Amino acid sequence: MINFITRRLLLGVLTVWMISVLSFAIIQLPPGDFVDAYVANLAASGSSVSADEAAALRKLYGLGQPIYIQYGKWITRIITGDLGESMEWRRPVTEVIGDRIWMTLLLSFAALILTWGLALPIGIYSAVRQYSFGDYLFTLIGFIGIAVPNFLLALIILYTAFKVFGLSVGGLFSAEYALAPWSWDKVKDLAWHLPLPAIILALSGTAQLIRIMRANLLDELRRPYVVTARAKGLSEWRTILKYPVRAALNPFASNMAYLFPLLISGSVIISIVLGLPTVGPLLVKALIAQDMFLAGSIVLLLGVLTVIGTFISDLVLMWVDPRLRHQMD
Amino acid sequence: MAETPILSVRNLHTEFAAPEGTVHAVDGVSFDVFKGRTLGVVGESGCGKSVTARSILGIVERPGRVTGGEILLQPADGGTPVDLLKMSPWDMRAVRGPEIALVFQEPMASFSQYYTIGNQIMEGIRLHMGLSAKAARARAIDLLDMVGVPQPARRVDEYPFQLSGGLRQRVMIAMALSCDPRVLIADEPTTALDVTTQAQILDLLRELQQKRGLAIILITHDMGVIAEMAHDVAVMYLGRAVETGAVKDIFAAPQHPYTRALLRSIPTVMAKPRTRLPTIEGSIPQPFNRPVGCAYHPRCTEAVFAACRTEPPPEVGVAGRNVRCYLHGGLPGARA
Amino acid sequence: MFSFLRAKGPALSKAERYAQATQLQLTWWRFRRHRLAMISGIVVALFYVIAIGADFLATTDPHATDSRTSYITPQPIHFFEDDGSFRPHVSGLKGVRDPKTFKLIYTVDPNRHVPVDFLATGYEYSFLGITTTRHLFALRDPQRGDGIFILGTDQLGRDVWSRLMVATRVSLTIGLVGVTISLFLGVLLGGISALYGGWVDTVIQRTIEVIRSMPTIPLWLGLAAALPNDWSVTAVYFSITIIISLLAWTDLARVVRGKFLSLREEEFVMAAELAGASTGRIIFRHMLPSFMSHIIAAVSLALPAMIISETSLSFLGLGLRPPAISWGILLQDAQSIQSLALAPWLLAAAVPVILVILAFNFLGDGLRDAADPYG
Repeated sequence: MINFITRRLLLGVLTVWMISVLSFAIIQLPPGDFVDAYVANLAASGSSVSADEAAALRKLYGLGQPIYIQYGKWITRIITGDLGESMEWRRPVTEVIGDRIWMTLLLSFAALILTWGLALPIGIYSAVRQYSFGDYLFTLIGFIGIAVPNFLLALIILYTAFKVFGLSVGGLFSAEYALAPWSWDKVKDLAWHLPLPAIILALSGTAQLIRIMRANLLDELRRPYVVTARAKGLSEWRTILKYPVRAALNPFASNMAYLFPLLISGSVIISIVLGLPTVGPLLVKALIAQDMFLAGSIVLLLGVLTVIGTFISDLVLMWVDPRLRHQMD
Repeated sequence: MAETPILSVRNLHTEFAAPEGTVHAVDGVSFDVFKGRTLGVVGESGCGKSVTARSILGIVERPGRVTGGEILLQPADGGTPVDLLKMSPWDMRAVRGPEIALVFQEPMASFSQYYTIGNQIMEGIRLHMGLSAKAARARAIDLLDMVGVPQPARRVDEYPFQLSGGLRQRVMIAMALSCDPRVLIADEPTTALDVTTQAQILDLLRELQQKRGLAIILITHDMGVIAEMAHDVAVMYLGRAVETGAVKDIFAAPQHPYTRALLRSIPTVMAKPRTRLPTIEGSIPQPFNRPVGCAYHPRCTEAVFAACRTEPPPEVGVAGRNVRCYLHGGLPGARA
Repeated sequence: MFSFLRAKGPALSKAERYAQATQLQLTWWRFRRHRLAMISGIVVALFYVIAIGADFLATTDPHATDSRTSYITPQPIHFFEDDGSFRPHVSGLKGVRDPKTFKLIYTVDPNRHVPVDFLATGYEYSFLGITTTRHLFALRDPQRGDGIFILGTDQLGRDVWSRLMVATRVSLTIGLVGVTISLFLGVLLGGISALYGGWVDTVIQRTIEVIRSMPTIPLWLGLAAALPNDWSVTAVYFSITIIISLLAWTDLARVVRGKFLSLREEEFVMAAELAGASTGRIIFRHMLPSFMSHIIAAVSLALPAMIISETSLSFLGLGLRPPAISWGILLQDAQSIQSLALAPWLLAAAVPVILVILAFNFLGDGLRDAADPYG
């Protein structure tokens, strides 16, 4: 058990490190060093940076020194909580990102819960009532979920809502709450707006998990231990829920570990279509404006969040599977 | 044998609908099981032994279903026998466990790996006997002790994958006995075990039978196990019992050509070295192309009558047992 | 499961045929019985035919802009004149001056019929090195601004149908090129992983796990945005393909490694080893044929993921860049609800995206079932 956790933790650290290298590469890739870009950016907007200030910045980030020293300086500052300054907004990156990172997390988490909550019962139903009308219906919905990329789905829903109902369905808040400080009413407003984007985000993962759950459960339903349970005189539903479902839950849970990265990824793209105040639109804007500190920080933050989410999934998996808990070596 | 049987299977039919056609997995099986005695059901794989066991408990899986016959269970208080096939699913659940219990071939696959063995034993106890969790646990530990599991109080909290094959089968038997059944169906209980463990498990079954007066249906393909354990024998071939009778009669003077062939194919230590072991010619026919007439006739060395190829032989009484073979009578038009 | 492999009745020759069939032949026979997968295979094939003949099927130069034909609604081709005679035509355009703004607005003039010819000449394009002007259909004597606008036009007056045809070529080939790169990486690394085992296997497996637990879209976006602005369309096309493939080879590597490991335990491989066959011969002569069908199935499931990736990146403006045309770039025009409300036909590219992804999924499922009846 300790072994499993250590392995997963190490893997998580490794992943974070790889993501940090990639994020650093994203910051470094544009031609010229970013102080040049910074100076040019400020000059374009009318204010100027003195040569001294520029030199100080270069020294701060070790520009001109070998690349691994630059990386080292950059990552040390990140670890101490200094994500640098956004060139476009001319404010600290942490300030620019602000609530948006929590909104990303909230949206992805809501989609995760929804994926579980839908895929589990539907998968069970489809396997137990194989080839029933409901099974076919869910299979069809599942194929739509797999075939329609989530940004297209968002576009189609946006258009339908506008055309048929005359509604504009974007955003996570009504206009009057968007900039307002947090209050109970604002939370209620959020709860009202959250379901639609969460469903759109959850659909493709749900479709995949339903297929996995159905296939696994169909496999498990044929196993001898199910006959044992029936021979004990358990009712059919109790038999199914206690034994084969429990066993089918396992591959289901291990797939969940890879679901969270998908949801974080997906949240970026549907946020742009639906105009959600997550880090997605910010990232795309920053990338297009070559605001590399902001972009690199967002990529890094999303990566770290993903790793934490995945680690939590692993802990859930361990809790679900006694074989992992009792591993001897 | 004036005693009434606890369980009496009469002309049982179970079919499986497949796209290629209907498979008659059990095709008119009849036998009786008595208190304190063991009925050995023997036959090659695929002859319908296991399906018969599942049919008795009413847990044949789709697309299979019982299509005819009677399964009469003598109530514990000695009233008139009830037909299990006519019971409601609800009442049937109360039969599984407290009346008839099942022990399976693969003890590993027959347990869920996700619950402790205690949990899986206690489940039936709590459901049927209505005991509290604490009392059920105590009973589970007693049962484990009874079947010879060492340190039962510790083992009760272990998972099946932590036990050896022999121990798992003992736990399986403990679980089957948890609600004091009167009939125990053991479906190839020792096939997956090594020879020494096999002997221990068979000893355990015999001991439990003597103590509790259990009626046991022992399903196996191993004539050696039959010789050691059974009081009565039913020899099955392609869904039918071709010969039923007392074990000593059948071993001493087998009447059906198939029984004779089965007995000839047992290797013995007494045989002359380097002699070929006789085998039964051919193999079991495809379930979809069951031979017309006596199902055994294509492999039979004694199929002399035209009727062997046209009509299945009826059951006739010969020398204290029932045989389905024209050699022993029942030829169409012979007696009429 | 294999009951149909056994001879039924007198068809002994059929049984022999099965006995001698290769793994690929068996897969193909099983696949043919899978109707939905067969239809999907045909759909996929049709799409690739469109990709090859994109310019031939296009009617108007997909890059030609004309402010006068901005946002023309879709115009069907009429095959019959009002008197019932067969004379294919479309309606022409006429300029009307807005009485208030005095701006010239072009609208459809249902009274002016412009005849349509089949296999006629249109704009010039080159195909396989041949420069030609031949198209499936084109206008006879068009006036300026006239065109066959089956799916309408976009804001810059470009014909959506023609752009869709060319976009199909770009999006489908990006999928193919991407899958080829992924397949190469997957087979190479998956094979090495299985073949050498030990720490090599560990390193490759951990790398796969790390890549699988990274959020791909932000990384793709970041890497794609870092491509210099002055790169040519072709350079961007290949860079994007490589970026997508770099994170997408992991599934294929897992399939290859898994199959490799399970096949190594098979008796026929052992038999070949005992017979003294070389490692290369065992892999290519004995093992590869038996998991070829699995690879084909995995590829057909990886292709739609590639296509979605490219479409998503281009849709966000960080993948291919205009003047390149792909499904994602077409959908970029439909990004805002304002343009959608004005010209819903801009969403037309959604149809081929969904169709192709569905078809590839059904096809892949069918192939997987056929390749492995127990999987």
